Amino acid sequence: MPIFASLLFIVIAILFPLFAASAGWHGLLGIVIPCAAWAVFVFGFVWRVVVWARSPVPFRIPVTSGQQRSLSWIKADAAENPSGRWGVALRMFLEVALFRSLFRNTRTDLYKGRPVYGRTKNLWLFGWLFHASFLVILVRHLRLFSEPVVPMADTLAAVDGMFEIGVPTLYLSDLCLLAAAAFLLLRRIVIPRVRYISLAQDYIPLLLVLCIAGSGLLMRHFDKIDLVAVKELASGWICFVPTLPEGLTAVFFVHLFCVSALLVWFPLGKLMHMGGVFLSPTRNLANDSRRRRHVNPWNAPVKVHTYEEYEEEFRNQMKAVGLPVDKE
Amino acid sequence: MSFARIPKPDELIKIGYTPPKTAWQDTPVDFRPGTWSYAGAAKNLTALDLPNPRAWQPSDIDWKLPDNWQAVILEGMKERLEKYRSFRLFMDICVRCGACADKCHFYIGTGDPKNMPVLRAELIRSVYRRYFTAAGRVFGRLAGARDLTVDVLKEWFYYFYQCTECRRCAVFCPYGIDQAEITMVGRELLNLVGCNINWVVEPAANCFRTGNHLGIQPGGIKDMIEFLADDIEDRTGVRVEVPLNRKGAEILFVTPSADYFADPGTYTFMGYLMLFHELGLDYTMSTYASEGGNFGLFTSHEMIKRLNAKIYAEARRLGVKWIIGGECGHMWRVIHQYMDTMNGPADFLEMPVSPITGTRFENARSTKMVHVVEFTADLIRNGKLKLDPSRNDHLRVTFHDSCNPARAMGFFEEPRYVIKETCRHFYEMREDTIREKTFCCGAGAGLGNDENIEMRMRGGMPRAMAVKEVREKHDVNRLACICAIDRATLTTLMEYWVPDVAVMGVHELVGNALVMTGENERLTDLRGTPIRENGDS
Ligand code: HEM
Ligand code: SF4
Ligand code: SF4
Repeated sequence: MPIFASLLFIVIAILFPLFAASAGWHGLLGIVIPCAAWAVFVFGFVWRVVVWARSPVPFRIPVTSGQQRSLSWIKADAAENPSGRWGVALRMFLEVALFRSLFRNTRTDLYKGRPVYGRTKNLWLFGWLFHASFLVILVRHLRLFSEPVVPMADTLAAVDGMFEIGVPTLYLSDLCLLAAAAFLLLRRIVIPRVRYISLAQDYIPLLLVLCIAGSGLLMRHFDKIDLVAVKELASGWICFVPTLPEGLTAVFFVHLFCVSALLVWFPLGKLMHMGGVFLSPTRNLANDSRRRRHVNPWNAPVKVHTYEEYEEEFRNQMKAVGLPVDKE
Repeated sequence: MSFARIPKPDELIKIGYTPPKTAWQDTPVDFRPGTWSYAGAAKNLTALDLPNPRAWQPSDIDWKLPDNWQAVILEGMKERLEKYRSFRLFMDICVRCGACADKCHFYIGTGDPKNMPVLRAELIRSVYRRYFTAAGRVFGRLAGARDLTVDVLKEWFYYFYQCTECRRCAVFCPYGIDQAEITMVGRELLNLVGCNINWVVEPAANCFRTGNHLGIQPGGIKDMIEFLADDIEDRTGVRVEVPLNRKGAEILFVTPSADYFADPGTYTFMGYLMLFHELGLDYTMSTYASEGGNFGLFTSHEMIKRLNAKIYAEARRLGVKWIIGGECGHMWRVIHQYMDTMNGPADFLEMPVSPITGTRFENARSTKMVHVVEFTADLIRNGKLKLDPSRNDHLRVTFHDSCNPARAMGFFEEPRYVIKETCRHFYEMREDTIREKTFCCGAGAGLGNDENIEMRMRGGMPRAMAVKEVREKHDVNRLACICAIDRATLTTLMEYWVPDVAVMGVHELVGNALVMTGENERLTDLRGTPIRENGDS
């Protein structure tokens, strides 16, 4: 069911801009929707992170995946069980840049009446490719928003297109993004237990990304777009003087609409893992709770059973067996 | 323990991993005998001032919930979303990638999709979406939201008491989403409307009143310890004294009460006593703080604090300088990650320094509590113990990393060092089943009761199978661990899956190997089993 709902969503996300473009609603498609989406994204993202950041971390609960720092002659594992700030920084870097925990992934099967644990790096590999190519593509897009073009965008584009296949050259990141998103989607549909846990909101972002990448490739290689017009449109947004140049195609509007949809989608759901991963208390705290006291801002007194109450109840017995008592 | 009412191992192992045809939202929970725990008895709830004490069982149709139970739960959720960043974040950021799915021993042992950590979390996340997010309020099921109904509550009960809070899932999750944290909050919410299990509340009530989970009164504690001292004398010819409630000692020693109450923990306990005696350690135990284990961890954060408070209170009353803690898993989760925050600062104590080696335990500088295995490892390293590992030659040992010391401390090398110095036949289990990837005994977090026996054997299966492998390969006959719950639950687990493997604490090995001044020649180990000369034949 969720998959059909998601497909319906995507069909609308493609048909609506096609229809609106042919009806001549270019102002809506080119200016109103993208700018509104951007505002929702920025405001929503900040708001979500602020809500998280303001909620307290009452206890120091890192999950430790390596040897603790204890006796001086036992080698501690700084990256998997950090005991200080640098260790935490290293651990977070490995998580965010290399998806360390996902790399650990195993696959459990029953084989001859016992469980076996095979290595599986698919999710890690395609997950990482997906994110890395997404990032590369984002940075490359900066050339549409900067004049003169920021050097980083050009350098990256040069590396990305180094194989010089076709004219204009095909970017590796585009291929990777398509392949990785397709893999992640197929995996969701094909593996029974992953399908079982998937909601519409798990398919939709992947489908949107596929649409964005697909329409992007179309504009670059087949239904070629006038880049000058796009730059004019973009500089209009940035300088707050909206302009609607000639030469924007229907495919471009589909691309832009799907990007807008993804931007709006972002702060509403799980894509916020981008911000959340940095705040995860099981990862970003040092395992030093015996060395340094962690303070809970809402720590409140509780009802306890005191020694006096205990002795009161058991005094005679304690005296009978020769245990010392505070009050005779 | 009787396995009469559950399938034989070769039947139980036939596990299917294909999810049911119906979506999980439409698959009701089935309270099948052998897979759940009895409800908390009213007297125990009353003893702890917990809400809604009454006579009921989970298999009843009517759970006798208070009229406003939904409001209570939702209010409780709101409060916890505001108090715990972990809970709020874990509700928000899961991408349902499924990396955690087949990491849970209960999923591996049952094939029930709701035992995948991600789905266990969705049970509560769906309610969160419905009442606390805009998308869930508007789009309902399409956005993965659902109403909080009695059936949903029953599902929570079944599956949150089918999670041992072991944190294995969290090791594999790309964001560190820790189902143990979600289960803890889930159980807190259930507690608000009086839905608890007796195997948790009764020990908690006992701890509150008598100081230990078995409800042993001071006279009983003294008797039992004397009895074990007799056993030591019988095996070694050395008489050890065990000080209780003694003011002015340097060190307070706190250990799980199962260590002095039930086999095989008692042998571990004998090991501690012999060690402390041989060192001439200036220590005391306490009958008031006579339990290291903390059943509050399986109830609520508030209950952790209420029960844990006794340790510092007693340390202060007795005027000790620092504290040593015995071998126990969840006890150490509490001591390491909660005690100082909840009941500290322990500024009335002093920096822990080993009186024998002079080692300063810098890693326990603030909490002032040292793990007995850290203490012993330091002694051995500094050559302060005379050990004869050949006395353990009749044992072929493997080591089970208990969940909490593994994934909440990173306590891996200390016990291995002590084991390797005290015995000569040590074999590791498969890499995917030890250290941070260790598998739970299947019965922690209050689930180690008789009525839950089938689920225990299922949940413990991955651990048992790893033991079976070293049993077949290396003829292993002992499973060592540093957890009192393990010593009880693994024993049953081994009986069912791998007979002929017995369970022991690490300090039992120490006790066997320790050469004591004035001892008789040892003909048996602490269990009374003869020691064969010159190792295995
Ligand atoms: C920083 C650490 C991050 C980690 C460890 C991470 C990990 C993941 C994983 C495991 C998935 C699930 C793939 C699946 O569907 O099975 C995913 C999906 C996704 N992530 Fe990330 N991510 C990170 C950061 C980001 C960032 C910075 C973005 C920014 C654009 C992002 C955007 C997405 C999108 C669009 C999806 C795919 C849609 C989906 O599956 O719902 N992620 N991520
Ligand atoms: S591994 Fe983490 S993000 Fe992935 S499904 Fe499990 S809890 Fe969610
Ligand atoms: S904490 Fe352990 S028992 Fe609970 S869901 Fe995770 S792996 Fe399973």
